[in-house]
Amino acid sequence: MKLWKTILAAAVLSLAAAMSAFAARTDLTLGIVLEPPHLDPTAGAAAAIGEVTYANVFEGLTRIDDNGQVQPGLAESWAVSDDGKVYTFKLHSGVKFHDGSAFSADDVKFSLDRARAKDSLNPQKQLFAHITDVTAVDPATVKVSLDGPQGSFLYDMGQVAAVIVAKGSADGNKDKPIGTGPFKLDHWAKGSEITLVKNPEYWGTPAALDKATFRIVPDAAAAVPALLSGDIQAFANMPAQDALEQLQSDPRFSVVIGSTEGETILSINNKKPPFDKLAVRQALASAIDRSSIIAAASNGLGKPIGSHFSPADAGYVDLTGVYPHDIAKAKEYLKQAGLENGFSATIKLPPVPYARDGGQVIQSQLKDIGVNLQIIPVEWAEWLSQVFTNKDYDLTIVSHVEPNDIDIYSRPGYYFQYDNPKFNDVIKELGTTVDKDKRLELLGEAQRILAHDVPAVYLFELPKIGVWDAKLQGMWTNWPIEADDLTKVKWTD
Amino acid sequence: MTAYLLKRIIIAALTLVLASIVVFAVMEILPGDPARLMLGLNASADQVEVLRNQMGLNAPLVLRYLHWAGGLLSLDFGRSYTYSVPVIDLVRERVVVSLPLALIALALSTIIAIPVGVFSASRQGRAGDTLAMGAAQLGVAVPNFWFALILIYLFAVWLRLVPAGGFPGWSAGIWTALKSLFLPAIALALPQAAILGRVARSALIEVLNEDYIRTARAKGLPYRTVLWRHALRNAMIPVLTILGLQFAFLLAGTIIIENVFYLPGLGRLIFQAITQRDLIVVESIVMLLVAAVILINLIVDFSYAIVDPRLRAIPGKVRSGFPSGIAPKQILRAVQRFRETRNRSRGRQ
Repeated sequence: MKLWKTILAAAVLSLAAAMSAFAARTDLTLGIVLEPPHLDPTAGAAAAIGEVTYANVFEGLTRIDDNGQVQPGLAESWAVSDDGKVYTFKLHSGVKFHDGSAFSADDVKFSLDRARAKDSLNPQKQLFAHITDVTAVDPATVKVSLDGPQGSFLYDMGQVAAVIVAKGSADGNKDKPIGTGPFKLDHWAKGSEITLVKNPEYWGTPAALDKATFRIVPDAAAAVPALLSGDIQAFANMPAQDALEQLQSDPRFSVVIGSTEGETILSINNKKPPFDKLAVRQALASAIDRSSIIAAASNGLGKPIGSHFSPADAGYVDLTGVYPHDIAKAKEYLKQAGLENGFSATIKLPPVPYARDGGQVIQSQLKDIGVNLQIIPVEWAEWLSQVFTNKDYDLTIVSHVEPNDIDIYSRPGYYFQYDNPKFNDVIKELGTTVDKDKRLELLGEAQRILAHDVPAVYLFELPKIGVWDAKLQGMWTNWPIEADDLTKVKWTD
Repeated sequence: MTAYLLKRIIIAALTLVLASIVVFAVMEILPGDPARLMLGLNASADQVEVLRNQMGLNAPLVLRYLHWAGGLLSLDFGRSYTYSVPVIDLVRERVVVSLPLALIALALSTIIAIPVGVFSASRQGRAGDTLAMGAAQLGVAVPNFWFALILIYLFAVWLRLVPAGGFPGWSAGIWTALKSLFLPAIALALPQAAILGRVARSALIEVLNEDYIRTARAKGLPYRTVLWRHALRNAMIPVLTILGLQFAFLLAGTIIIENVFYLPGLGRLIFQAITQRDLIVVESIVMLLVAAVILINLIVDFSYAIVDPRLRAIPGKVRSGFPSGIAPKQILRAVQRFRETRNRSRGRQ
């Protein structure tokens, strides 16, 4: 009898041990390069805010998935009126904010009204510009009225800055974010790491991870040993630089190259002579060789683009052949502009590798047609004030990472100083067009205008270099929006 | 003695005031608008204006300076623009990383440098000296971030003894926290030790050539006693001076090491604040560091008095802000040597 008990106990113990050995890991440490200044996506433009909080801590009415498609979020379904002006959202019930307060239609009304208010500091205020009224019909129904049909309204409501916040906690979200998501903030050791833990009261499918830590690794050289030592198990977008090959050949890691919405372009000050002449801009476009720029500025991983549009998005038209690399032709364009002897200009480069490395290649390529560029390195703060705000520049290199932002060329006062009535009309029509095929057609037209008119020279789409433990599943391949959505991330054995 | 210290304190206070004006002015001249930086490319000019008003950036310059400087006097350092928390909270979180790191590095570099200096000086020109000074030269020449990476690959990736970087916080346990400061402290300490060792050696050699050393040897004292008790003590003044300078350097100049080891220290905070144009954080922390450097220099001044008994005994013998006797000549020479070596090593980086 005694023997049987011992054997039984041993069996139970070994089974328990075996099970715990098989139980998959439930914690994850991710590396991020920049620390978010705060954690309120409705109050700051820094991409790192969205990286940490989007879909994890905060949710919107709709959400954008890995492929850039609109999915239901806090709204389980919606109906659009025949004139396209009124959206009626049916909300999920039983949703709670992290502080225990119940989510209802009033919170949606509060969030949208707050974002479009006169003194709103929402970094994407333009997303809400067409909303004329928000009504909480009942606790589970919200009616949003627009001043006209809006083709991208559902997409816009899924963007990072359109997340729903609660009236009682909105002002404290910078430090203590209170959302409805499957993770809530555990603690933020400033300068070091942000730890999220699973929200046990989540309304939807619970996350597989119990704990997710975003650790700030600002130095590219430090990122590789952090992965190799196992301290960090994933980089959604890694500053891998020269170490990429080493990581690719290491079976412990998955290296997944995806796309972003970052159109990396050589921006031109279109009002500043001689760049106001089409022929000069055509000369620039013909003189540059995208492949060597991509090799130098993005490890050869970026996809070449011929207009301001991501190859990953629906409606993309390949226009890289509009101005093929042709020195003789470029010189001819310069001659047309009366500048056969070339000219001198400046190029201001922000402190990111793609700009600093790409700028040197462009400088040497333009030298071949007699255009002498003086490189002026600037910090981001300087770039924003000199180039973006004061338009004090000739050329610059920057990646425009906002999704679906081809409309920036029609914005009055935007730093390109580009004004093309034909293009503006297309964008205006696009804004109010809901029909999918018609939208794609208009997007194609907009891309073609830009490709031929060269308000900027289009270089490449910024790649997303995902590197993570080979046992990790569910990380996003692409960045249709800059978010590290961890809701489906899990460890496998 | 009292007059000497009083004079030092008045000079320190004046330096602080002057520094506050310079720091404030420099940050104002720097191009870049913190409000635009926070709101990003899609925000309208009106929105930026609203935020500027909220942040108090539109008030007249002099008023803002007085407001800030007045706050400093009552130890109110203002609120961070980007983090929107009091600057003092940020500093408190960071100083518990940077200060222990600097202290450990300082202790390490002293423990290494003094014996090496004594060893080299007592074997001047012989093989041991050449070897030690060769190693010191290497320590000065090798950039510390490169050295840090070697340490990481060796101890964190290969041996897995310590984490590759990051700081778990003191709440994770003293040993765990100390372990994560181990590599950065070594990376910081070795180049400093190399400099300090060279200074100790040359100071000691100078003292060893003094007449009283010969006298001490002549009266039959063992070489060991003469070296450690008589010579080293007199060579300590330049060494202390360099130590003071190094501590200030360690406290503020750890930006690179803190980046490589992603430690949430003061250096990282300043670096981040400058790129984000978090003016109030930069200004306040730079002022804190200025105050720390001045304080350290005061302490070094006081410690001359401890090392050099003549200062304690004959208060009247104070001239030109320096303790009397051999000190000025030696200190100036030491400082010059320190700067030369450091500039040389920086030039390489």
